[in-house]
Amino acid sequence: MKLRRTMLYVPGNNAAMVKDAHIYRSDAIMFDLEDAIAVEEKDSARFLVYHALRNLNYEGMETVVRINGLDTPYGRDDIAAMVNAKPNLIRIPKADRAQDVQDVEALVAEEERAAGLEEGTIGLMAAIESPLGVLNSYEIATSSKRLIGIAFGAEDFVTNMKTTRSKAGIELLFARSHIVASARAAGIYALDTIFSDLDDEDGLVHEVEVAKQLGFDGKSIISPRQIAPVHRVFQPTDAEIEAAKRVMRAVAEARRINSGVFTVDGKMIDKPIIERAERVIELARAAGYRITAEEIDG
Amino acid sequence: MANSSIGREIPAAVGGFANLTPFQGAVKNTPLIKRRKGDRSAPKLNKLVETVEQAVLKSGLKDGMTISFHHHFRNGDRVINMVLDVIANLGIKNLTVASSSLTSVHDELIRHIENKVITRIFTSGLRGDLAGAISCGFMEEPVIFHSHGGRARAVETGQIKIDVAFLGVPSCDVYGNANGYTGDSACGALGYAIVDANHANTVVLLTDNLVEYPNTPFSIDQDLVDHIVTVDSVGDSSRIATGATRITSNPKDLLIAKNAADVIAYSPYFEDGFSLQTGSGGASLATTRYLSEHMEQRGITASWALGGITSQMVAMHEAGLIKRLLDVQSFDLDAIRSIAKNPLHTEIDASFYANPLNKGCAVNKLNVVVLSALEIDVDFNVNVLTGSDGTIMGASGGHSDTAIGSGLSIVVAPLIRGRIATVVDRVITVITPGESVDILVTDRGIAINPRRPDLIEHFRGSSLPIYTIGELKERAEHVAGKPEPLVFDDRIVGLVEYRDGTIIDVIRSVPVYCES
Repeated sequence: MKLRRTMLYVPGNNAAMVKDAHIYRSDAIMFDLEDAIAVEEKDSARFLVYHALRNLNYEGMETVVRINGLDTPYGRDDIAAMVNAKPNLIRIPKADRAQDVQDVEALVAEEERAAGLEEGTIGLMAAIESPLGVLNSYEIATSSKRLIGIAFGAEDFVTNMKTTRSKAGIELLFARSHIVASARAAGIYALDTIFSDLDDEDGLVHEVEVAKQLGFDGKSIISPRQIAPVHRVFQPTDAEIEAAKRVMRAVAEARRINSGVFTVDGKMIDKPIIERAERVIELARAAGYRITAEEIDG
Repeated sequence: MANSSIGREIPAAVGGFANLTPFQGAVKNTPLIKRRKGDRSAPKLNKLVETVEQAVLKSGLKDGMTISFHHHFRNGDRVINMVLDVIANLGIKNLTVASSSLTSVHDELIRHIENKVITRIFTSGLRGDLAGAISCGFMEEPVIFHSHGGRARAVETGQIKIDVAFLGVPSCDVYGNANGYTGDSACGALGYAIVDANHANTVVLLTDNLVEYPNTPFSIDQDLVDHIVTVDSVGDSSRIATGATRITSNPKDLLIAKNAADVIAYSPYFEDGFSLQTGSGGASLATTRYLSEHMEQRGITASWALGGITSQMVAMHEAGLIKRLLDVQSFDLDAIRSIAKNPLHTEIDASFYANPLNKGCAVNKLNVVVLSALEIDVDFNVNVLTGSDGTIMGASGGHSDTAIGSGLSIVVAPLIRGRIATVVDRVITVITPGESVDILVTDRGIAINPRRPDLIEHFRGSSLPIYTIGELKERAEHVAGKPEPLVFDDRIVGLVEYRDGTIIDVIRSVPVYCES
């Protein structure tokens, strides 16, 4: 299972940042062609990201491009250029309903055919940034097979809600809960909104703890400085890692003796517990723990 | 027959003692100190002079002599410009200026070079317009660039024979006891000035803070000082030192710093009682932050740190992570405050610090040093002096001294700076030879010098991103490409002296730069 704890925004018109985007080891990098880019820079950002994706080696890191919406003069050109640049994912901004995703999907498919790419090469994710999008989030989450996840964007949302963001984040509780439930129901990823105060690491950590507890897979981030704090929150405790290893060893043992039902620490082990254990092992490895195959193979 | 002034008969010789001189009166042979008990104006009793001009005149400075300065006031320095203006007005010409370094506030020297007041320069570094002018052949003689240890060696061995040292001090008494940590112009350690005071023929102190005798504890001793002049200000305190050298918030520097700390923590030198030095550049300074975390986690403390002391080192000392500090130059107010009050924070002079030819300098005992670089080549030679356009813009400092003295020398640099690769086939100017550089740490990988197979073996199996330096160069060139080589002309504008006095490289002017 792929980790998406951190998706780092990189302004698509900043050559220095575009060339260095992957060196900080976020789980994914997201080149922005949309809100971070002024109208007069839209073309240059698109060119820069296109050439960067085609020529630079991002060393296997997941690459995402946030395109402009199809309701702008730039969305179509963004899709045409980006499909040819082949990022892993295109992120659709401001999705309010399933049709917003399907419109992009149709254009992506068309460009893939034109470029001679296998259909489905480019994955999609959608950002939900409005009250309407929040209410339609399940419909959006199930709108396309290409869709690997939905992301919450709180800035426009709070404005539409006639409120502002607070430290406690109570104004986002419903939206977050609804979005993460929709993502889980659809079996895709859920990413939390950005935290904009770069100097407030405690505030960031608190917000990530809330998002993690709600069930989010990760967070969109705006600076490399936010990577380590977010990854630390997602890092499992030693006790969680040990428990997960015991589950995985029991699974291996059960498989060897062809037993369907078994227990660990007195609890019956079923599919969700195994999935949780797999995720803990994955997160632990990402945090630098060396867990060998023997350790979890009994 | 009585032959002494007090009527005693003193033989010409007794046993093995020949040529005995009879006593001739209390001040007969020491006229500069006292003639009459009541006269306090004798030259060695009253060292105070009214003006810088009088000090210059009394120093006996003449055409063709060598004068020296220190750079402890950094960009706040007012002494060098002030003294040279006076010297120029007196019509003295053809001087050699031997300053421990020169910074961007010294652009006024251009005028004095033009007027032939200054015809030769020894320094650790050059910056600003002065550096630009000299890079383009503004001086007839090349500038000699030395390391801090190399300068101490040159002064002590007489290669640089200082006729008059003009040393600004933040405080001194009427007899010349001076220290660097009291007064409005406090700069902390006076490590470079002490060497000059010890070896110059004539020592002139300039201060804006004349204090009660004796100014203890003192760094420069009264017995070395000839003249003292009080001036309005020796430096601009806001530019001498800022409150605390801040750790960078640049994510790339932080990433490099973290990689460097990880390398140190994995290295065989990371054990209780180790010693370290870091440079004051962004990434090398920030290394202390991540290294502190490793030290706390592993329960390791350092027995001492050397430098170039910064607030980070002081904080580590105060947190119990570093037991002692040896300080040749204090970089910020925290370091200045600390050296003033802390008995385990000890001032050292530049010879103690790094002179390769004395009986033992501190860099020889150093375990780990973290150094910056403008460029490094595939042979690990490092350039910290000339920029990518070939012009002078930096300083040699203690780079080559600490690199060879330490057990583990780590050079930190971004793999690509701006749009130019930092790892190259051949650096423009070699300051530190590759044989003394052990590990390069960048934001995109780490390379261990093949001359250190022990380290290569030690790091095998670590999870650190280790490459060969050739691979790092390729990675950089893949992104940044390979710039057109610079075209130099034959004119040599600088000589780079290695710490032992040999010439390790020459700096030639770059016509393309100079025409623009």
